Amino acid sequence: MRLGLVIDLDTCVGCHACATACKEWNASSPVGGPLSDYEPFGPKPSGVWFNRVRHYEVGEYPENKTINFPMSCMHCVDADCVTVCPTGASYKRDDGIVLVDQDKCMGCNLCAWACPYGARELDAATGTMKKCTLCVDRINDELLPPEERQPACVLACPTHARFFGDFDDPESEVSRLTAERGGFGLLPELAYAPVNQYLPPRELKAVIGPDEVKALLERGLASLASPLIRR
Amino acid sequence: MTRTIAFDKRSRQQTHFTTCYMCACRCGIKVTIESNKVRFIQGNLNHPVNKGVLCAKGSAGIMKQYSAAKLKKPLMRRPGSERGAADFVEIEWDDALDIVAARLAKIRSTNPTQLAFFTGRDQMQALSGLWAQQFGTPNWAAHGGFCSVNMAVAGLYTIGYSFWEFGAPDWDHAKYFLLWGVAEDHSSNPIKIGLEKLKRRGAKFVSINPVRTGYSAIADEWLPIRPGTDGLLALAIVHVLLKRGLIDWEFLIRYTNAPWLVVQTPGIAGDGLFARDGQDNPLVWDQQAQKVVNGLQPEIAPALFATVRLDDGRFARSVFALATERYLDDRYSPEHVAAECGVAAETITRIAHEMAHVAFNQAVELPIRWTDMHGRTHDKVVGRPVAMYAMRGISAHSNGFHTCRALHLIQMLLGALDGPGNFRARAPYPRRIPMRSLPENDPAVIFAPDTPLKRMPNGNPTRPEDLVIDKNGKPMRIDKAYSWEAPLSPHGLMHMVITNAANGDPYPIDTLLLFMANMAWNSTMNTAEVREMLVRKDEHGEYAIPFLVVVDAFHSETVNFADLVLPDTTYLERYDAISLLDRPISEPDAAGDAIRHPVLELDRDVRPWQDVLVELASRLKFPAFTAADGSPKFSDYKDFIVNYEKFPGIGFLAGWRGVDGKSSLRGAPNPKQWEKYIENQSFFSYRWPDNMRYYKFANKDYLEFAEKNALFGTPPAAVIMQMYSEPLQKFRLAGQGLYDGPQPSSATDRERLAKYFDPLPFWYEPLESARISRTEFPLHAITQRPMMMYHSWDSQNAWLRQIISENFLYMNRGTAARLGLADFDWVWVESHHGRLRCQLKTMEGCEANTVWTWNAVGRQAGTAGLNNDASEATAGFLLNHLISELLPHSRGEDRRLTNSDPVTGQAAWFDLRVKVSKCAPGETGIWPRFAAAERLPGDDGRRPATWRYHTVPAS
Repeated sequence: MRLGLVIDLDTCVGCHACATACKEWNASSPVGGPLSDYEPFGPKPSGVWFNRVRHYEVGEYPENKTINFPMSCMHCVDADCVTVCPTGASYKRDDGIVLVDQDKCMGCNLCAWACPYGARELDAATGTMKKCTLCVDRINDELLPPEERQPACVLACPTHARFFGDFDDPESEVSRLTAERGGFGLLPELAYAPVNQYLPPRELKAVIGPDEVKALLERGLASLASPLIRR
Repeated sequence: MTRTIAFDKRSRQQTHFTTCYMCACRCGIKVTIESNKVRFIQGNLNHPVNKGVLCAKGSAGIMKQYSAAKLKKPLMRRPGSERGAADFVEIEWDDALDIVAARLAKIRSTNPTQLAFFTGRDQMQALSGLWAQQFGTPNWAAHGGFCSVNMAVAGLYTIGYSFWEFGAPDWDHAKYFLLWGVAEDHSSNPIKIGLEKLKRRGAKFVSINPVRTGYSAIADEWLPIRPGTDGLLALAIVHVLLKRGLIDWEFLIRYTNAPWLVVQTPGIAGDGLFARDGQDNPLVWDQQAQKVVNGLQPEIAPALFATVRLDDGRFARSVFALATERYLDDRYSPEHVAAECGVAAETITRIAHEMAHVAFNQAVELPIRWTDMHGRTHDKVVGRPVAMYAMRGISAHSNGFHTCRALHLIQMLLGALDGPGNFRARAPYPRRIPMRSLPENDPAVIFAPDTPLKRMPNGNPTRPEDLVIDKNGKPMRIDKAYSWEAPLSPHGLMHMVITNAANGDPYPIDTLLLFMANMAWNSTMNTAEVREMLVRKDEHGEYAIPFLVVVDAFHSETVNFADLVLPDTTYLERYDAISLLDRPISEPDAAGDAIRHPVLELDRDVRPWQDVLVELASRLKFPAFTAADGSPKFSDYKDFIVNYEKFPGIGFLAGWRGVDGKSSLRGAPNPKQWEKYIENQSFFSYRWPDNMRYYKFANKDYLEFAEKNALFGTPPAAVIMQMYSEPLQKFRLAGQGLYDGPQPSSATDRERLAKYFDPLPFWYEPLESARISRTEFPLHAITQRPMMMYHSWDSQNAWLRQIISENFLYMNRGTAARLGLADFDWVWVESHHGRLRCQLKTMEGCEANTVWTWNAVGRQAGTAGLNNDASEATAGFLLNHLISELLPHSRGEDRRLTNSDPVTGQAAWFDLRVKVSKCAPGETGIWPRFAAAERLPGDDGRRPATWRYHTVPAS
């Protein structure tokens, strides 16, 4: 099994719903919560978030584009964060999810340095490392209705830009979307084999071609007179 | 490797379905409670608004509930202290209500206009409006006058429904979508859900916006237009469509007033009004009968182009002939408007061609039988799948009304209204044009003591006689709504209330009652001076506004100015009805309404404002709230919602009516109605059968059903779309001195009416822009709406503020380079009215003549539950300081005019022009800054440096 996310950059409007849904679920999660907030009412408020949305511009005005880029743990197949962990706190499950055992973590930060995606978050209050769990306590909770056994970010996403599934299953939605839409993982050259895949913004084909304009005008030109139409 | 994972202990959790109130979107939510704390808020999968998804704001509702800004108990300004010093003492509810009731009773029994009651993001205007009507004051409105009234009035006077709440794009079938201006404010999730549907289907999404953030990020094409010129672009599209005959002729002839004949007698009374027969029916030229006939009849063949001599000898021309003449003029050609709009002529032409191509060559046909207004049955519905949406970006300009009408004109030409794939109506709309609800304007009623108004304070004028002015033409409302300065202003002008009240213009008031509106901060123009007005005293040392009551759940900047603070609950702690009588949650395919109910127990001494309103209504013995024996008719808000009937069988909630709970829409009160709503996940949805879903404006089955259920104010016959607006022309005639009725005495008013009450849409430069030097103030300045914060700012949410807690002035990178400015420079931003200092950031996605910032991020230190050194106070700023509520004076005018749309009174936030210059070395820091507000009683000001919110103790 290789569980992970597909994120569609064509529909992501950068609204941060995934980020806050993640925050609220995991704040009270028995797996990784609570998540500390620093200066929640003061200057430069910050905190532990498993999922952050970044915004970029591409190209020059007026041909520029704005890209919204949610980032969280990629649940790499060859996860260096796990390899470097000196206490065995970081581990990869059989289903592919990378987790941190809070009881074993000593907050040494080696995993954060190993992770090229900036996905690990040290909780200063506990001195332990935290990260996206793919809502392991939702997707496996059989007391939740089946349709809700999804990561909180996927459930919340208003533009359905997030999909959860098993990349080892070629029939899964995530596998299919990745294949159809040219999904890509980040920084493949580092060979960590990130599981999460991003779908690129699509190029829309022209709505109307020169021939169609011509036909449209031929259709229209004769008409600017009172047509006989019954009310 | 797999180790054991702990799960939530479901046995100690409860789930409840209710309705979000983090913004105005009203999504269904499922709230999980654990240990009487909020564990999780998620979207309700079954809810018609959000279908399971939830935005950043809704997902951060937990932090609103636990905001440090929550008010805890009624507060009274300490006797002897100065207003605005926020020196309060806590008082008991009984004492607070005694104070308010005594004051209001005195006002009501002397001069009810002495009470001004204005509400902000009020989702219960049906109740607060009824309350004002029963009190007998005309001085009531919600915040629509500074929000969306241009969109509402333009829509309701043109197509019978409107952008924002009373219509929606058909996301399921649209193939071409244009988003005009910033719309991240309204609505949140439905637009996001819809954009995704468009994208998956390969529909084209065009964004017309000076700034490429938010939804515009994923647009297939971005048109960086100059602010305030959208109307020009729209009319250039009209020009192309007309020039090429790319028109849905059938639609125009059957469903619009395009063929109606307009009397042409320039300089003589009656000019520009419709030619009518003896029964008041509009006349058209029948091409087959070759004579003038009643234009409402079926089977006639009306001419779109006609110039005729009427029986009485007057000439008349068809609306469409007048329109064609105007829009085919070179004034509106793409080549002519390109420079002003900043959109290339060939782009405008191509967009118009694309729209026409999709509308006519890619029409959507659904095999749905329906019957038209004449009883003719059709075996399919045909939709022109070009959809549009617009909100603040159009609304917040002083030409927004006509711009919005121009958008509706495009929709009419393409036949792209209420069919599959275009812009559809949401119940209770479409309604008669104009709606038959006139504002109370009888001075004998308005000034009568202890007497309710006979009509509602707000309504929809159709002619000068409907204005709320006295016999001398003086406004009878404190905000001067429905005066010559803003004749069609059904949402009032809340942005003028404090200025007018402080100036005693048109008269002084006694009590200003504000609910959920931060008028001393981000919801007002000219913030610093408005704050001064709130504490202004007359020569006797009395406050110009003698008594200020503020109702809010949170410690806003406005709370600090109150004489009395009545604390409200949060949305998770009270009952609410989101009513079809008000601003319902209807979707195009279903009428709907919703409720909230308490999912948490109250932990402080606050009361739901609705309960307080019902209590005050009972104490003041409002007739609608008082039984024959003088006792209160309703025990509380919950009881009121169940038992109040506006008309027999019509109440605030439309679901599960009737004593057995089996009637929908109309039926006797059901004592178990709340329970039924709660059982049904807190919403009611009445799905239209297929034959009633489309063309509601001309759909016989729908219209008859709506009329029968008395819900919808629908006409018995079709809603004919008003390309040409006769009500506007009546006001124009008054301005021209040609109206047989009230006419303004002021030359300023006459000129404005003559110019801006054009019965056909036109474009004019926004009023403020036209009065100031482009050379001196070369840049437009606007705000954008942060999706993750907008409308959630009252609690200054501890999670959302981690996403945004400070703002910059954003400028096009090339423009900045030309001005010698760079990222993080401190700059002065100056308007004709004032200046501010902030930090600059550059970007590509900004029109070259525009600067912008995020709306409502800056806060006054000491408010919103924040520490005094919070980023919002030290690094956040409001653009409001630069915006005046009054236009710069223009020579020849007899007074300062409101900075608003001259038709609707809509606040013209986005007309602002500025210059930007680099600060001198050493000049840094946000300016203006305001002294930190005092802490409220019971708040020691201590906040945790680290907070670890969770519902159960960490193991």
